[in-house]
Amino acid sequence: MSDLLEARGVSRSFGGLQVTCDVNFKLAAGDRVALIGPNGAGKTTLVNLITGDIVPSGGQFFMGGDEITNLSIPDRVRRGLVRTFQTTRLFANLTVADNVALAIMQRKRITRRFFSRSTELPEVRAEWSEILSHLGLDHLAYRRVVELAYGQQRLIELAIGLALHPKVLLLDEPAAGVPHDEAPKILDAINRLPADIAVLMIEHDMDLVFKFAKRVLVLAAGRLIFEGSPDAVTADHEVRRAYLGSYADARRAT
Amino acid sequence: MSEIVVTHVPHKRNIPFGQEAAGALSIIALGAIGYFLYPDDLAFLTRLIGIAFLVLSLDLVTGYCGVATLGHAAQFGVGAYAAGIACVRGITDPVALLAVGVFAGTIMGLISGALITRFRGLPQLVLSIAVGQLVAALANKLSWLTGGSDGLSGITPGKVFGIFSFDMYSRTAFLFSLGVLVIVFVLLQRFVRSPFGLMCRGIKDDDLRARMIGVSIYPRLVLMYGVAGAVAGVGGALTAISTGVVGLDSVSFERSAEVLVMLVLGGAGHLWGALAGTIIFMIFEHIVAAANPFHWMTLVGLLLILIVVFAPRGLIEPMLSLTSRLRRKGSAA
Repeated sequence: MSDLLEARGVSRSFGGLQVTCDVNFKLAAGDRVALIGPNGAGKTTLVNLITGDIVPSGGQFFMGGDEITNLSIPDRVRRGLVRTFQTTRLFANLTVADNVALAIMQRKRITRRFFSRSTELPEVRAEWSEILSHLGLDHLAYRRVVELAYGQQRLIELAIGLALHPKVLLLDEPAAGVPHDEAPKILDAINRLPADIAVLMIEHDMDLVFKFAKRVLVLAAGRLIFEGSPDAVTADHEVRRAYLGSYADARRAT
Repeated sequence: MSEIVVTHVPHKRNIPFGQEAAGALSIIALGAIGYFLYPDDLAFLTRLIGIAFLVLSLDLVTGYCGVATLGHAAQFGVGAYAAGIACVRGITDPVALLAVGVFAGTIMGLISGALITRFRGLPQLVLSIAVGQLVAALANKLSWLTGGSDGLSGITPGKVFGIFSFDMYSRTAFLFSLGVLVIVFVLLQRFVRSPFGLMCRGIKDDDLRARMIGVSIYPRLVLMYGVAGAVAGVGGALTAISTGVVGLDSVSFERSAEVLVMLVLGGAGHLWGALAGTIIFMIFEHIVAAANPFHWMTLVGLLLILIVVFAPRGLIEPMLSLTSRLRRKGSAA
């Protein structure tokens, strides 16, 4: 079986600055991979490259053997490449139900209907109410997103991701900014993601990485410097140097 | 996700077509007030309804999609000119003229949308002004077709459904316009709640998020512009039919700016806001301009400042929050 997502020699520079440099990796069905690296290592740039938000200067992406390097963002989503955002990006003035329903309707190709009901369509409603119950958000269905706490908004990001039936799900710091006591809820939701999808999580919180990942990719200065099990990461000399080095730089700067 | 999930989300209480019926009845009630209490002002009220279509149309692109435009009168004007020219050239059936206006407005909407929604922010605004000015210049230059600065006159439509002829008191024109408004408003109520309409509101909130759920934004916005053009075209055609003339003012920059003011006044993003803004602005202008023809613009300016300071999201917003508070109180009791 071919890999769900593959990056081959992907590079990207902004002006003279090489932000991503010859990145290669593969994600297969059921993978739970964490992407870690010091601040400024280019993690979010890599996610933006994968989703098509930024065009690579070199290299290719493949999904299930087909090249997707030149596909638009919506085309990639339709192939099952879905992301969540580091800072929540939701339809803030719509209700929670509307947010999830829009993703469902888009997947089902019914957002070109001009006069039918939308969120309350039976087949749409059944699905979003199941997703919201699954994440424990059902009591918030008819609240507007702006009125909700940040931790709840992070869960809605996940709900939208789930509603799109992803094959590959990119989670960009899913627990960033979430109060500590709410982080387990996010982890719980992530652990209950469908087993057959590939998940790539970008995360700073090493606790979360160890609880989640079976494989870890380490990015430093735009290069993948390590790939292996979580235990091997902590033992690796180069990884420690990359982290310590950046901490030392940061301390010198302040 | 193989475990059995019990869903707890209660169904919203929904009377089928309740909202549409309420909308239709409210407009009919307002129309009845105008018809019976102000029989001498029906020509003005008919003009008001014509403009209401333009404000509703602007609401679709600005309020629901977040597109900034100061050239929206183009759609209205093209609808008006098309209906007027068709009437002068021999198509006199009012319903057919409406269809001509809708068609012309839709085409104009699709063209403007294809240009304007390619961009965002200030370039978009400037482009919308440019499109508006271009249409205004064409209306002026093509005087063999449009009558140029003299305006297009001699529009004498036939009887509505072959029965009701247009009278000098504007009774027929008013009732005809009101009837069309009820139909269009009800359709729009369905439309803005449809999957398509909801997605447009989503795009307005965050277009990157919309693309990240797989939406191609541009064709949607162009399509929405087409729908808005159709609605504006209805207004233009009705105005041409009921007044018998089409002037350059119907494509002017002032018209575009004025309807934007009406929309902000009433509350963008709500169909009722568009309607309320039109009614309040035009009646205010009508009364104040009659009382003080030299300084009425000053008073309109003051009114706007007051509203923007005290109800920045339009007059409809405080009303909506009041009704939702009452409803919450009602369900708690």
